[in-house]
Amino acid sequence: MNKTDVMNKADVMKKADVMKKAIYPILVGLLVVAAPFLMDAFRLNLLAKYLCFAIVALGIGLAWGQGGMLTLGQGVFFGLGGYSMAMYLKLQEGGLPDFMVWSGVEKLPALWTPFANPVFALATAILGPMLLATLLGLLVFRQRVRGAYFAILTQALAAALVILLVGQQGLTGGTNGMTNFYDLFAWDLAEDSTQRGLYFVVAVVLALLYLGARQLVRSRYGRLLVAVRDGEDRVRFLGYDPATVKTVTFAISAGMAGLAGALFVPVVGIISPALLGVVPSLELVVAVAVGGRYALAGAVLGAVVMGYAKTAFSEQFADGWLYLQGALFILVMTLAPKGIMGVIKRARTA
Amino acid sequence: MEAFVNQLPIGLSIGAVLLLIALGLTFTFGQMGVINMAHGEFIMAGAYTAFLLPGLFVPSLVVAFFVAGAMGLVLERLAIRHFYGRPLDTLLLTWGVSLVLQQLARDLFGAPNVQVKAPDWLAGGIGILPYNRLFIMGLAIASVVGVWLYLVRTKHGRRMRAVMQNRRLAATSGIDTGRVDMLTFFIGSGLAGIAGVALTLVGPVGPSLGTYYIVDAFLVVVAGGLGQLRGAVLAAAGLGLLNSYAEFWSDASLAKVIVFAAVIAFLQFRPQGLFTVRSRALS
Amino acid sequence: MRLSNALLATALMVAAAGCGSTGSTGSAEGGDIKVGILHSLSGTMAISEVTVRDAELLAIEEINAAGGVLGKKLVPVVEDGASDWPTFAEKATKLIRQDKVATVFGGWTSASRKAMLPVFERNKALLWYPVQYEGLEASPYIFYTGATTNQQIIPGLDYLKEQGKKKIFLVGSDYVFPRTANKIIKAYATANGMEVLGEEYTPLGHTEYSTLVNKVAQAKPDAVFNTLNGDSNVAFFKQFKSAGLTAEAMPVLSVSVAEEEVTGIGVDNIAGHPVAWNYYQTTATPANDKFVAAFKAKYGAQKVTSDPMEAGYNAVYLWAEAVKKAGTTEVEAVKKAAGGIALERPEGLVTIDGENQHMYKTARIGIIQTDGLIKEVWNSGQPIKPDPYLKGYPWASGLTAG
Repeated sequence: MNKTDVMNKADVMKKADVMKKAIYPILVGLLVVAAPFLMDAFRLNLLAKYLCFAIVALGIGLAWGQGGMLTLGQGVFFGLGGYSMAMYLKLQEGGLPDFMVWSGVEKLPALWTPFANPVFALATAILGPMLLATLLGLLVFRQRVRGAYFAILTQALAAALVILLVGQQGLTGGTNGMTNFYDLFAWDLAEDSTQRGLYFVVAVVLALLYLGARQLVRSRYGRLLVAVRDGEDRVRFLGYDPATVKTVTFAISAGMAGLAGALFVPVVGIISPALLGVVPSLELVVAVAVGGRYALAGAVLGAVVMGYAKTAFSEQFADGWLYLQGALFILVMTLAPKGIMGVIKRARTA
Repeated sequence: MEAFVNQLPIGLSIGAVLLLIALGLTFTFGQMGVINMAHGEFIMAGAYTAFLLPGLFVPSLVVAFFVAGAMGLVLERLAIRHFYGRPLDTLLLTWGVSLVLQQLARDLFGAPNVQVKAPDWLAGGIGILPYNRLFIMGLAIASVVGVWLYLVRTKHGRRMRAVMQNRRLAATSGIDTGRVDMLTFFIGSGLAGIAGVALTLVGPVGPSLGTYYIVDAFLVVVAGGLGQLRGAVLAAAGLGLLNSYAEFWSDASLAKVIVFAAVIAFLQFRPQGLFTVRSRALS
Repeated sequence: MRLSNALLATALMVAAAGCGSTGSTGSAEGGDIKVGILHSLSGTMAISEVTVRDAELLAIEEINAAGGVLGKKLVPVVEDGASDWPTFAEKATKLIRQDKVATVFGGWTSASRKAMLPVFERNKALLWYPVQYEGLEASPYIFYTGATTNQQIIPGLDYLKEQGKKKIFLVGSDYVFPRTANKIIKAYATANGMEVLGEEYTPLGHTEYSTLVNKVAQAKPDAVFNTLNGDSNVAFFKQFKSAGLTAEAMPVLSVSVAEEEVTGIGVDNIAGHPVAWNYYQTTATPANDKFVAAFKAKYGAQKVTSDPMEAGYNAVYLWAEAVKKAGTTEVEAVKKAAGGIALERPEGLVTIDGENQHMYKTARIGIIQTDGLIKEVWNSGQPIKPDPYLKGYPWASGLTAG
């Protein structure tokens, strides 16, 4: 009797715990579903954009927060995804894409032809970045290029890609990039209902990727990744190959960025080299730092908070946004290096 | 053929610009592991110093050294010293600082570029090289020699090298590493100020000035090896020549891509740059 | 636990974002008409665009002082495009859908216009774009108050031809305007017995021009046609001059350098070189005397006025005139009323071509003086009919064919 009592108590406690834990996901789920009713189409579209960035941020959280690889070149992968999708959308209109007409290109380049197939475009958007990241990772991590070197290298890669894209105007739209898309699978992108649907797609993709990434971090592999971050050489001495661990993680984060890029294009309606450069990548890294780099949820939170802050501040004080942005980084980095998540955690344990 | 031959001095003069902008970074990055993204804005501060002292070009070199140096000192004292051992965090911190400094410049001096008149004695030139390019090359050489003398001949310089090579051992030997760090940051930032004054001869002077040079500066540092004077000199000259000939045979865009690709490829063979401080320490 | 907190915070953000949207709606209440102004106030393009905003605000102020439009005051809503094309699209949407502005004045780079174009077309809203551009466009929802190619590039070439410059070298920043302009120049050269010795592009923001100047010096052209943009002009002219090349021996005709840029480049480095525009601060018209005086009174005596500023200033007046004629701010009515409107502006007579929504403008070639201002040395005599697709030029027929 005594025994069952104890068991019951444990059961009850477990149940309460589960309920307590479940309450927040349910709340967020409700809000995500309710969002289209709470805000107008324009704001919902902005939220969808922040969620796209949150997917990239999730990848950065994985690579940097868990794996210690500070990548300033996520824009490269985001761009590959975005351009793949944009090429598909442009070919949907039939005829030669508008920018080719004014660039004097007369025939669709061979590189473009397979992108008329949506499966190919989407696969390229995700697998292309993963492949590139794997190649880069194998080259770089094997040579034990890490830390600041890796950061600067990815930065150079982003800068080089931007210059290449800009230079090939007939193929890529140059500085303008690609814009003016009409339909996605026969849905008119300008329709509010299409945009609402896209918002849900982005939200679901983000949720799934988040759950997947969380499983990964909690797995044996995730612990190995953190070990590599904190003591790469020790991990090597234990008989593991840190280069492989890092390469796999880097490839996953690249795939996330690529997918985010592919979702971003129909949501926002434009892809341009400016989105691939060092600055947008850095902004997202900072967003992850603001949210809290050691928790995956922090990365997502940071991207949404910073995206929202950028819109709100730039609407209020058009001139002063750089001050605010700069000051925010300085404050977070000096006072709260673990970001919002760190502050919350400290508040709860105190 | 003539054009081809001309590219040699042009390449060296591009290298001189690269060396000037990167020299300060090799020390702040090499000795302290600080990735100072605000280095470009210290260069900008030097350029604006020249703007504020019209007609006093040579004195402004000295003033700019102290102006940019002082800015670096403030940054080091207020923020960076809390970040030692977290080099990647300094990158984000200093990027925030660079954004604030850019906007500050925009508010103080206005968004458009300002005019800095080159002194009359720099008009003209020998062959393809104008005097102002020769001046920049001379200034780069003088800066390198100055830094070298400082490192080798002075007490402070020797301490700096000691800290660079082994921080803990230096601390154990009674060197006040905090003071050395301060001084290093002051000198490193001051060199950016000098570079800024020199750049007014060839480029725009405006709030975005720093952003045009920062990536190139980091490439030189990475290719040359951290804290390595001769590495920086060789890397700057090499990248300058590569840029000059690549652009000659193709165009400016492709040349930049080639330079980036070359550095990435080079790091495959020498992940620590041209020269490194040999050490048995693991990480 | 960490997860739950993050989720809670995210939820709050979502809620906050939702609340933000329920704010300002409705327009033209209380006798006001909201108009949007969308230029880069931060980032690399702020250099050029901030003063265009200033000129547009001046026009709004003047119109309000004169009693407004249809008896209502104009209220500007200013947004920052931040030199970033997706931001331009976002802010344009905000102005149209949330602020419900009657029209938007904005943009500078071709890329920002291309990014905004679908936003205006899908929402059936109106954009007034104040900068000379590469042509090959005539959106039904954009009015182009700057020059198209046959009002700037081609007159520039006519001028060079008149001056006996046969061999030219093309230098430009790597983006759509220079590339399109150079295609036109090459077609023109072929048809007019001129020779193009070289064509070079540099990335935006490029500052190292010694190699390019070496290439130009070796090619020994009679003139250089310069489509560089922004800060690159400073580096190019400084290095061009210090290489010993002069305006007398090798003039550089620029189409993106106006009064404002001259100070930054340094008068010493650029004096004597020609530029092609439709307006200079020195243009002698009564309307210009008034514009220059008003601008200096509002923003400071040392300020200069330039072509894009004047085109932005004009845009506000032209729109106001169309609204008066239509009797409403409703977009389709304004578009319909706009065709044929002719106003005496600082640059001279400006007439809206109802067909392609570009302006009839007088082309003017000027030489940069040692005081930093530009003196007109040549003009087209009368306003040129806008021809964005160059249909009236037989030699250009191959340029636009798909």
